[in-house]
Amino acid sequence: MKFLTTNFVKCAIKTCDSSLEAFPLQYSECELVQEEQEFNPEFICHMLDRLDWQAVIKVAKDLGNTSLPPNKPEDIDPIMEDSQAILRDLHTLLVETRIVEGKMICRNCEHIYYIKNSIPNFLLPPHLC
Amino acid sequence: MSRPEQLAPPEVFYNDSESFKYTSSTRVQHIQAKMTLRALELLNLEVDSPHFILDLGCGSGLSGEILTEEGYNWIGMDISPSMLATGIDRDVEGDLFLSDMGNGVHFRAGTFDAAISISAVQWLCNADSSNVDPKKRMLRFFNSLYASLKRGGKFVAQFYPMNDIQTENLLNAAKVAGFGGGLIIDDPESKRHKKYYMVLTAGQSERNINLAGAEMDAPETTKKVNRKLLKKLESKKEFIARKKETMKRRGKKVALDSKFTARKRRPRF
Ligand SMILES: C[S@@+](CC[C@H](N)C(=O)[O-])C[C@H]1O[C@@H](n2cnc3c(N)ncnc32)[C@H](O)[C@@H]1O
Ligand SMILES: [Zn+2]
Repeated sequence: MKFLTTNFVKCAIKTCDSSLEAFPLQYSECELVQEEQEFNPEFICHMLDRLDWQAVIKVAKDLGNTSLPPNKPEDIDPIMEDSQAILRDLHTLLVETRIVEGKMICRNCEHIYYIKNSIPNFLLPPHLC
Repeated sequence: MSRPEQLAPPEVFYNDSESFKYTSSTRVQHIQAKMTLRALELLNLEVDSPHFILDLGCGSGLSGEILTEEGYNWIGMDISPSMLATGIDRDVEGDLFLSDMGNGVHFRAGTFDAAISISAVQWLCNADSSNVDPKKRMLRFFNSLYASLKRGGKFVAQFYPMNDIQTENLLNAAKVAGFGGGLIIDDPESKRHKKYYMVLTAGQSERNINLAGAEMDAPETTKKVNRKLLKKLESKKEFIARKKETMKRRGKKVALDSKFTARKRRPRF
């Protein structure tokens, strides 16, 4: 699962729908891989708009990265030279960093979702459906 | 031949051997690709601009691979571990989630620009055990899907209803969840090739769905060509080049054209 996806996935349990704690999930015991991917600055820019930056920081911290800027980068334009470095950095973080094993925990209900072989398991036990 | 939905629950039916058989069949690959392209045609997304798409019942990624070829980024959800494992083996680009869409789409509000589902939502009509209520699952599905789409986001689902009641139930649930839209039937006269597509919009969309080819009134064509329209028709590459020129004239430094500048997508077949 790409780092990018952590900014969108939330607890699947219905009673957590309205909880502000159900996103972002808390990441623990994660194994990461870094893999070169085709750079698509337009896509990064498109997603940047809808990123919850506080959640980016929170999850990065769970994963051991505390060096992110406190605020979302602004005025990014994929055609401008001075945006390239930051877009590259975002690409490395969001698209090239993947979690292949680990746990995601809901801060509201404490349900644990396991990531195995790159696949997060969001199947729910019958009593939570 | 009986329908897979009547044989066993999806995660049981799509076991290791069935997943392998399904995914490696060139006939299946071809049909799924064709239906995915048709779904994209119906979605009618802006050309050449990035989109983040959800693929529901993504299986081993046959539909997702088409999304990748067409230049889209996507996330897939499927209930069958074997299908997903086959997808991982095939190195698909999208992130894969093991989850039951009947328990809802677990992404925060406004995550996706659009969603597709190819040959999967009919499974929602089944009750595989006595404590399962298909109506409730459909509603949970459509409600959470609606929320996960951006306002005006569209959902196109090709599906295989067993009868009209299933179609009606699915469309009803979609409507209750707030979706607008309806049903498109391709090749309605052919028993073998007839295909059902639910074409839905979550709120007002700036661009309509593409109803060309649907069995409805012919779409209006605009005749007047104006400057605005011409601008719209210029290719992405022309647009980037023009924008870069403007910026250069203003004395700004623009990025060098890379081999990815308005990269052409792989040709369709
Ligand atoms: C015919 S396959 C299609 C897969 C893929 N969309 C394609 O075009 O090749 C149908 C898929 O729907 C999945 N499915 C069925 N019920 C599901 C559910 N409740 N939630 C998620 N996926 C489901 C099955 O596991 C199976 O992989
Ligand atoms: Zn929860």
